[in-house]
Amino acid sequence: MQLFIKEYCLYCDGEIAPQIDWGSFFLGPEKKLLCESCKNRFERINGATCRICCRPMEQIAEQFQHDDLCNDCLRWESNRKWKHVLNQNSSLFVYNDFMAEVIARFKYRGDYLLVQYIAEQIKPLIVKHSFDYLVPIPLSKERLYERGFNQAEAIGKAAGFHTTNLLTRVHTEKQSKKTRAERMDLEQIFRIASQSPAIDGKYILLIDDIYTTGSTLRHAAYVLKAAGAARVQSVTVARG
Amino acid sequence: MLFLAKENRLTPSALLEDKAGVELQRISDIASIPDYPVDSHYPYVKELQLFLSGRQLLLEEIPFALAIIHEHVLHGYVRYLPGIVFHDNKYQCQRCGNDEQRLFGSFACARCQKQCSYCRKCLMMGRVSQCTPLLTWSGPEPAFRFPNALAWEGTLSIAQKEAAEKIREAVESNGDLLVWAVCGAGKTEMLFYGMQAALTLGKRVAIATPRTDVVLELTPRMRQVFPTVPIASLFGGSEERHLFAPIVITTTHQLLRFKEAFDVMIIDEVDAFPFTADRMLQNAAAKARKQGGTEVFLTATPSIEWQRECAQRKRNHYILPARFHRHELPIPKFVWCGNWKKSLKKGRIPKKLLQWVLQRLKTGKQSFVFFPHIQLMEQSLPLFQQYHPDIQAVHSEDPNRKEKVQQMRNGKIPLLLTTTILERGVTIPNLDVAVLGAEDDTFTESALVQIAGRVGRSQNDPTGDVSFFHYGKTNAMIRARAQLLRMNKEARKRGLVD
Ligand SMILES: [Zn+2]
Ligand SMILES: [Zn+2]
Ligand SMILES: [Zn+2]
Ligand SMILES: [Zn+2]
Repeated sequence: MQLFIKEYCLYCDGEIAPQIDWGSFFLGPEKKLLCESCKNRFERINGATCRICCRPMEQIAEQFQHDDLCNDCLRWESNRKWKHVLNQNSSLFVYNDFMAEVIARFKYRGDYLLVQYIAEQIKPLIVKHSFDYLVPIPLSKERLYERGFNQAEAIGKAAGFHTTNLLTRVHTEKQSKKTRAERMDLEQIFRIASQSPAIDGKYILLIDDIYTTGSTLRHAAYVLKAAGAARVQSVTVARG
Repeated sequence: MLFLAKENRLTPSALLEDKAGVELQRISDIASIPDYPVDSHYPYVKELQLFLSGRQLLLEEIPFALAIIHEHVLHGYVRYLPGIVFHDNKYQCQRCGNDEQRLFGSFACARCQKQCSYCRKCLMMGRVSQCTPLLTWSGPEPAFRFPNALAWEGTLSIAQKEAAEKIREAVESNGDLLVWAVCGAGKTEMLFYGMQAALTLGKRVAIATPRTDVVLELTPRMRQVFPTVPIASLFGGSEERHLFAPIVITTTHQLLRFKEAFDVMIIDEVDAFPFTADRMLQNAAAKARKQGGTEVFLTATPSIEWQRECAQRKRNHYILPARFHRHELPIPKFVWCGNWKKSLKKGRIPKKLLQWVLQRLKTGKQSFVFFPHIQLMEQSLPLFQQYHPDIQAVHSEDPNRKEKVQQMRNGKIPLLLTTTILERGVTIPNLDVAVLGAEDDTFTESALVQIAGRVGRSQNDPTGDVSFFHYGKTNAMIRARAQLLRMNKEARKRGLVD
């Protein structure tokens, strides 16, 4: 048994100081993925949040809170097309500067290995849900080739779950160029994949790296509901 | 990208008309990559030559169609190389040289449909994995000659002239040279003649530095003195589209994108973070230089090993012990100030340091106070501000770093608290410096010499005060002072100071 294997932080590559306590004495040291200082830069979502989108209420000005809903969700829910489409989203971390850095490095630079920490953290959140299918938000073919892996699928799998690709992307317009209203009404981004199993009456849990406007997840939920899904929830690593 | 390797011929999958039933391979799995001889009759694309010559790039980084690139491969003008090799049970990155196994990851790759290992070390320059080819130019290099390109009217001091002569010799004889020149020696000017010699001979020159600031400072200067020579300026985030240039001014990081490109490699501030600490950047510099090319290192503070090699004459070097303005280097005073951490925690500036500060506030002479740690510095800032509201603090992650230095230059800030971030590069004319906690490990011999080097830089104010406030002397402090004293002695001996 080697007690003092050097461990390095997955993010900053700094050496992690070995901590020997009784647990590690008997069981061998627990593998640590991040150093304390990197770990502390993540900001977990705690306290009251919007019932649907998981946005921390403390980030929302009083006049934009409507009981336990945020302004955005109220607008989605008061639109006939979008009402009850996405039943609920849960997110793990606040999208702070550090989270933005982590996601950029993981998703855009393609540092796949960061999935280890993200998956370890999100696993308990996934476990809390009951679902028939864990469905990653798909990438377009071009994006997938560019990045080499689908970040949402990678997270789900690394957390130890089977993921099912029920969806494919129809077209790939850059979201940011559209206004919010345009985005809300945009024609379908997703359709049901050609060889997908039965969806009717199923509980679906969508997974993605980040919830920003909620538009992507709602579009995905929309086609799943249209195909008969009984409930569509989502989990994301960060809430933007 | 995958390849069909058949009958000693590689074809990228994207160029295959019929992919059905063919076995495609990753570049790193192909046992021998065919070596096509250069077909001298082939009408190669000049723009591609100018773009790719001396470089080692990802396909995505080359703005030419794959079909054109591949044509050049078949005629011997471009080569595919594996980005990652697996050898003796070890991965090695061919771009950055990384072979630290924990800095490789692997993922189920959508490009090659396999478990694909990638290098985490140089990830920021675009991911290199087992299915990533690196492309290099293997045809003739662009030829150039720029005799008499130097348009500089200034003059060199005697010592600068000697150093310049040494550099020119090294360039002409393909030798290596370390120029150990004190802070304020005027090292940029010493490079001009050597660079001109290279341009006359058609030799390509790189000036590489670990710091982007230096690239930004050096580029306009070089463009001014070599107005007819194309000069490329490269740093992270620089938009400049690379075209072949006889002179390339670059961060050491960007050298990763070059291979056997330069006849003359000048490395400025070789000791500056992160170059000494980072083997990757040393690999990059070695890889970017042509075999048998010249290497010139410039530094004010060589490592202890290099100092020893100089003393034992094992390294070809030239020492420039005096500043261009012919005044001696300021020598640091050691001032014992007791347990300064404890004082600060109790909300008191150590008495001796406070006296030093108050004296400067009274006379209006600007000063820096260096701190070993950010936290202590930030906690102490309010203590200092009691004596003057415009006192500020700056550290490496301060978003207003540039503005604060500018305000200092404009005389708006009387005293700036700083971490070692300002130990080099920043030159403010009439300045005193203090170091608080000079015994701390962050203050290496080099750091202390550089800090002392901030003082007395201008012709009009060639002197000033350097005080190291400490709670116990260290070797680093003693060595730093001895080094400066030795330089002054040498300068007097050689008649380089008045
Ligand atoms: Zn870390
Ligand atoms: Zn909401
Ligand atoms: Zn690498
Ligand atoms: Zn691959």
